[in-house]
Amino acid sequence: MISHLPILQVVLPLLAAPACLIFVRARSIWLFTCLACLLTFGISVALFLHVSDVGPLSYEVGGWPAPWGIEYTIDSLSSYVLLLVSAIAAVVILAANSSLGPELPERQQPAFYVLFLLCLTGLLGIVATGDVFNVFVFLEVSSLATYALIALGRQRQALWAAYQYLIVGTIGASFFLVGIGFLYALTGTLNMSDLSERLVEVEQQQLLAVAFGFVVVGIALKMALLPLHGWLPNAYAFAPSIATTFLAASATKVSLYLFIRLYYGVFGAETVDALLPVSIVFLLLGIIAVLAASLVAFRQSDVKRMLAFSSIAQIGYMAVGIGVGSTLGLQASLLHLFNHAFIKGALFLAVASVVYRTGSSQIDAFRGLGYRMPWTMAGLVLASLSLIGVPLTAGFVSKWFLVLAAIESGLWVVVLIVLVGSFISLFYLWKIVELAYSKSDSEASRNEAPPLMLIALWVLVIANIYFGIDTRLTVGASASAAATLIEGAPW
Amino acid sequence: MIVTQALDVVLLLLLVMTAVAIARVKDLFATVMLSGIYGLLSASFFVLMDAVDVAFTEASVGAGIFPLLMLAVLSFVGRYEADSKRRVALPVFLLTLVSGAVLLLATTQMPAFGGEDTPAQQHVAVRYIEDSPQEIGIPNMVTSVLASYRGFDTLGEVLVIFTATIGVVVVLLGVVQPGKARSLPADEDMADHKVLRIVGKMLIPLILLFALYVQFHGDYGPGGGFQAGVIFATGIILYAMLFGLSNAQRVLPMPLLRGLTALGVMIYGSVGVAGLLAGGNFLDYSVLASDPVSGQHLGILLIELGVGVTVASSMVLIFYAFSLTTSSDGSVER
Repeated sequence: MISHLPILQVVLPLLAAPACLIFVRARSIWLFTCLACLLTFGISVALFLHVSDVGPLSYEVGGWPAPWGIEYTIDSLSSYVLLLVSAIAAVVILAANSSLGPELPERQQPAFYVLFLLCLTGLLGIVATGDVFNVFVFLEVSSLATYALIALGRQRQALWAAYQYLIVGTIGASFFLVGIGFLYALTGTLNMSDLSERLVEVEQQQLLAVAFGFVVVGIALKMALLPLHGWLPNAYAFAPSIATTFLAASATKVSLYLFIRLYYGVFGAETVDALLPVSIVFLLLGIIAVLAASLVAFRQSDVKRMLAFSSIAQIGYMAVGIGVGSTLGLQASLLHLFNHAFIKGALFLAVASVVYRTGSSQIDAFRGLGYRMPWTMAGLVLASLSLIGVPLTAGFVSKWFLVLAAIESGLWVVVLIVLVGSFISLFYLWKIVELAYSKSDSEASRNEAPPLMLIALWVLVIANIYFGIDTRLTVGASASAAATLIEGAPW
Repeated sequence: MIVTQALDVVLLLLLVMTAVAIARVKDLFATVMLSGIYGLLSASFFVLMDAVDVAFTEASVGAGIFPLLMLAVLSFVGRYEADSKRRVALPVFLLTLVSGAVLLLATTQMPAFGGEDTPAQQHVAVRYIEDSPQEIGIPNMVTSVLASYRGFDTLGEVLVIFTATIGVVVVLLGVVQPGKARSLPADEDMADHKVLRIVGKMLIPLILLFALYVQFHGDYGPGGGFQAGVIFATGIILYAMLFGLSNAQRVLPMPLLRGLTALGVMIYGSVGVAGLLAGGNFLDYSVLASDPVSGQHLGILLIELGVGVTVASSMVLIFYAFSLTTSSDGSVER
């Protein structure tokens, strides 16, 4: 049974999506989706435990051996990201039924759950596969589902935001595909480990550089690495709150995973850097992203948009970790990839609760909420502390490793950037917290978020604190993943 | 050799000209027609490259269903582009030029197209060409690769179509108020077009029959579920256009189509699960029958059926979704 888990990880949500249409009522579909997400999460836990105890798993889809058939490979890196994505999905979906109530007409809700499952399928497929073309297929599944999820937002601008992202995302996917096409022409293979072996023998360096360039630019677009982040703020601001929560916590993370997998695991960081200055560019863009996006976040009056810019800044930190270029730097990126998912998941879920009660995500709507929605706001404060990087929270752990990596490599400017970035985030988050705990003129009657939204929020908040104290899982998994990747062995 | 090269040049020039025209033309109806032409030109180009299966798909999608669906969109948004102050986005233009230049530069180092000693011919392709007749047992090795060796990709592609359909339908559902939708074209609109109706009546059965032929002939020649599904949908859409949406809906009501779209994916996925239950890996068809080759036959037949069902019902569903949200004067119902 355990040998089939790699494929079941993806096939379960894949088949659950069309199966949703058996049900008629939105509520039954939601319950069914919850069940599917929980089972998917269970599979990812089993896979994670198996990989950390026994070692990597490989699966030949269709019974055809690689490189002729499609291979699924689950190693420490992929099991770590699979665990993250399916955990986020399982928690977020709990809150979906309540959150969608006032945000999406009931006749559109069934499709929301189908698209949610499809998006999850796509993201998991990208992580689980060991075949570059198969990555593209599942990238398309997750992207199309994402565009539609964004378009379901209440305001008309949601359609425009979705369209913008559709155009930009399609360009990104096309770049990726062109790159893959060149690599196939050069090596005759699409299997990742086969590709990494055969790339060494390639003589056409110029073409190879173009291929790498197209793949990297394509992924950077999906990852929203500055200056290719233009699609993200509108998409996050106008999508239904619960969709924003899921996407912010998982989609860009999977793109980052894909970059790390290809850059280190398949192409080889040294091979790429000999042709293109990827790590320096990542370091510079990351630094600019941290500073610029944090400053822009400070100026936003819509909290969803503020958090969206904050996400661009956080992706900056992850890019800096890669730019540092050491094992420790990569580990810091992997840690932040994991921790930031829980931070942003909690923050956006808190905002979703506010939208549920007040109908608005403008910062003025937060006035006095500390008294009307004490549990929601307490969760928001704790998640904010984690985003800033206060000790005993998850956010501290990843920033600590990034600082360690910077010191180890003598990049003092990075240490400074981390500190400055954290200070700016303190300021923009303080704006919300200050308003939330200032007395409003209207009488403050308790009006807490629905129970399931609160439970989902607090699961994420507790995860933030848990992973800030007990770092065995995250630090252990990221260390072994980073070490394997830097050694250059793909699996 | 010279002739095909000359044809290549001519076709590519025509492609470029069509693309420029698409970008420049203000009349959206002309844009749609030009993109149909672009599809047909690409299909011809693929034929010259000996990729007949791809050409077939491109012809049926790019030149067939795409213009039809876009026409349905036009009835929704109106025929002319809104007069906006066009900003010449210089940075975008420069970026496009740079990417184009880089691509051109890259092609100079590409292994010769179709060259015998190129990696694309020497590595995995060898097994597909030499062993697939024994391993899969069907003459069309493109189908062998798509449906069996890389069958999981194809399941993903079907899922892409399913996702797109659900997305389009649900987004349109949000734009229109329920109950307000009217259908276009109404029966009366087309009642005078006797010639069209009679020719349609003669053609539609043949189109549907041809779709079935393409569906089941995919093992032996160019064809398969994707092309067949699109051709089948074209027949239904033609019927809806000539005889009214309400008549078409009596044959294929919307809820049925929605179910069929999901069913196709389920058929494909279930064949994969059947492989698991029979003791093989996911999508391993060899274990489906006592003899591996007949197992492969059975598996490919079933998954192609799944592909055809999803593609055909998706295309009709998207057409319905657009048509039901327009009124006969072309204005949008709000």
